[in-house]
Amino acid sequence: MSDIADRVKKIVIEHLGVDAEKVTVEASFIDDLGADSLDTVELVMAFEEEFGVEIPDDAAETILTVGDAVKFLEKAAA
Amino acid sequence: MRRVVVTGLGMVTPLACGVEESWSRILKGESGASRVSSFEVEDLACQIACQIPRGDGSNGTFNPDDWMDPKEQRKVDDFIVFAMAAAEQAIADCGWKPETYEEQIRAGVLIGSGIGGLQGIEATAHVLRDKGPRRVSPFFIPGRLINLAGGYVSIRHGLKGPNHAVVTACSTGAHAIGDAARLIALDDADVMVAGGTESPVCRLALAGFASARALSTGFNDRASEASRPYDKDRDGFVMGEGAGVVVLEEYERAKARGATIYGEVVGYGMSGDAYHITAPSSDGDGAYRCMQAALKRAGMSAGEIDYVNAHGTSTPLGDEIELGAIQRLAGDAASRMTMSSTKSSTGHLLGAAGAIEAIFSLLAMRDGMAPPTINLVNPSVETEIDLVPNKAKPMTIDSALSNSFGFGGTNASLVFRKVA
Repeated sequence: MSDIADRVKKIVIEHLGVDAEKVTVEASFIDDLGADSLDTVELVMAFEEEFGVEIPDDAAETILTVGDAVKFLEKAAA
Repeated sequence: MRRVVVTGLGMVTPLACGVEESWSRILKGESGASRVSSFEVEDLACQIACQIPRGDGSNGTFNPDDWMDPKEQRKVDDFIVFAMAAAEQAIADCGWKPETYEEQIRAGVLIGSGIGGLQGIEATAHVLRDKGPRRVSPFFIPGRLINLAGGYVSIRHGLKGPNHAVVTACSTGAHAIGDAARLIALDDADVMVAGGTESPVCRLALAGFASARALSTGFNDRASEASRPYDKDRDGFVMGEGAGVVVLEEYERAKARGATIYGEVVGYGMSGDAYHITAPSSDGDGAYRCMQAALKRAGMSAGEIDYVNAHGTSTPLGDEIELGAIQRLAGDAASRMTMSSTKSSTGHLLGAAGAIEAIFSLLAMRDGMAPPTINLVNPSVETEIDLVPNKAKPMTIDSALSNSFGFGGTNASLVFRKVA
């Protein structure tokens, strides 16, 4: 995994209190990692804080999996 | 109306996590007060508080992880974690929990708090100022709302009956138990999980209560001596944190399932001072009418009350006004009365005070032991009433009255009696 992927994974583990092996690229925050809608709002905030980017609400709605987050943040960093 | 009894007890107090641990330390005359070390207090007038002993859960320490998933704890203020702990204990103690849908809809929750999530409000205000609105957590609101203590408890235990919360400052815990008992008496529920919780110990609250001239400020180097109800050197209350929760149950139902019955809620009285936002009315009229109403409901006279757990916060004004009201109520019976303030040990838990003191009243009945008023060295007034100075007093206690009076002039009294 890339540096960005590692940092995303760390945030997800911390905020959702899930085991590291569950946090795969395909894992859906809500369906696989037990998040509710408020958890996902908080996750997006944590990504913004960690990576110093702004994730607009319409973009945030498309971030459903760990991989979605990594892809968005890699693009933002490029 | 249906009869209502108490069948489960739970608490987290500055003395210990757990009912029996807290009670045994109360009877030994221990104090839960110490200098605050969890945040900066050097510039505050009051630098002491009664904080819960945190630890790994052994020896009466409070380990929040024992009561709530760390992932959930992160979203809420401490008052919700304390309520979860006290409710879990009380439900385990009562030996029953709702299993079927029919049982769930007849079991409710009524847990209040005086202030709610002040720590989180203080901290989040800084986030808003320093980082802007996009950094305010989606859990900020639900983790601070007072009724979310009851909300979390209902979700954990499947309580689908009445879901209510009380906010009456320092009378909250007593009002919650009294109101919940009425819901059962009126057949709105068969079981209610009721009480109060509070986590006020932060710079904002210490500053605010000190400005209102309510806190002790002269004992910063002698914390354990600061809460001293009725003593001539008292100079204000010591703020405390924690929660008390009871399980209330309809009497016939409790009897039929062979539950341990700590006592019956026989009296509940309320009144308003309509006088001042923080000071009690100087003639004690509000306190007097409140106790009178509770006794009327119980069909008892003041002389029939064996033990009074006083509001007794250790403020210069309040203690003597309450004492005067009780003396007036008792008349000739005053010389036979026993009254103490457990706030001398626990400090003032604000919205949780009435709930933990209801529990101490029930345990006083169970064990035939009046808890002491510690630090009572030189009483500021002469009274015939035994204030149980410094040492617990063994005596027969078949009935107990617990008083709570709050800012805004809101008063509540509960009367408990042994079930023969």
